[in-house]
Amino acid sequence: MSAHPLEYAAPETLEDALALLATHGPEAKVLAGGQSLVPLVNYRLARPRLIVDINGLPLASVHADDGRLRLGALTRHHELEESPEIARRCPLLGEAARLVGNVRVRSLGTLGGSLAHADPAAELPMAMVALDAHLTLASSSGHRTVPAREFFRGYLTTALAPDELLTEIAVPVLPGAGWAIEEFSRRRGDFAIVGVAALVSLDGRGHVEDARLAFAGVGDRPVRVPAAEDALRGGEPADARLARAAEIARDGLEPPSDAFVSGAYRRLLAGVLCRRALGRAVARALGVP
Amino acid sequence: MIQRLLVNGRARELDVLPHQTLLEVLRDTLGIFEVKEGCREGVCGACTVLLEGRPVSSCLVLALAVRGRAILTVRGLEGEGGLHPLQEAFVKSGAVQCGFCTPGMLLTALAFLEHHPRPTREAVRGALEGNLCRCTGYTKIVDAVLAYARGDEGHG
Repeated sequence: MSAHPLEYAAPETLEDALALLATHGPEAKVLAGGQSLVPLVNYRLARPRLIVDINGLPLASVHADDGRLRLGALTRHHELEESPEIARRCPLLGEAARLVGNVRVRSLGTLGGSLAHADPAAELPMAMVALDAHLTLASSSGHRTVPAREFFRGYLTTALAPDELLTEIAVPVLPGAGWAIEEFSRRRGDFAIVGVAALVSLDGRGHVEDARLAFAGVGDRPVRVPAAEDALRGGEPADARLARAAEIARDGLEPPSDAFVSGAYRRLLAGVLCRRALGRAVARALGVP
Repeated sequence: MIQRLLVNGRARELDVLPHQTLLEVLRDTLGIFEVKEGCREGVCGACTVLLEGRPVSSCLVLALAVRGRAILTVRGLEGEGGLHPLQEAFVKSGAVQCGFCTPGMLLTALAFLEHHPRPTREAVRGALEGNLCRCTGYTKIVDAVLAYARGDEGHG
């Protein structure tokens, strides 16, 4: 028996769940897929007094409206991988989810859980920052919508207040955009040493209309590099342009060193992976299979 | 708190504390020792069970959170005639060494084959990448899964 004694509640309505969070504040922890929380509790790295199991709440629906794909916070990684509707409207999500952990993590892990946990090396937070997703945070006093770029505040830290619950993630549908995620990790399924998500849209002349680049593993949160995105826009997506943008991205990052690799190595890796991701994203935007 | 767990098609009533994982209650309360404890952080795959047909790490599931949902352990694979054909393939291929990873390998492979009945070798390797074999006997484990998928009888 590893964890310390705690209480467990499985509210059946959002209202009840939010009331529990309002009452217990930081003493309560939300249980979604449990793939980050349960190991933290097992090893006593987290010591919540109350577990609020939200799996009974109606937060698993996926639907499209108004140019956005609206994903309930309980959408599981395997649904991101397997759902034809999600693949049709936002294929970047499936590519990101396939890289998360192992098959058991993907059976239970949720989109909302991954975002709320906010590991800076994780794929889904990076994808949300690349997509400029909007996150709905609910509390018993109302709800608010936060852009992904403002949601992540630092290492394992988000804009969520202790009484708030992430309920929905709205992802803009980008018709015709090419996408790619590249990452390097020590073993398959590990958190990435560096990861990059690229999205590229071309206009009628085949010039880059819009480009987005988000990196994981290079700071305390997912990082966009606007200067590299600017360097891509407005011209043909020729090799030299992609290579130049990757160099700008690399030079704009200040990744940390850790026990495994140096910051300098991370920066070089980011440049290489960015160039590859841009190449694949452009090929997809051009319709090359 | 008395709860009902559904293990291998059989309802089990037992006392469950809020912090107990499914792995703990399976082994310590119910004596279901075919579910192995390895890393306790969801990485090794030794404690894999199928939850409504999907592989999960029983060490990362709170027992209270799976009340009334169908849990399958490797014992649940055995039919009246004895071992499941995939288990037979493991025996015939020499895919069992110390045996500690075997329950997780079997369950993960079966859940995968449900949706990919004729996999390539590479696909089987990918499907089992989250299950660690400390004996490093991966080649014969993959051989066994492929032999079963091909329907080989008697000489896996």
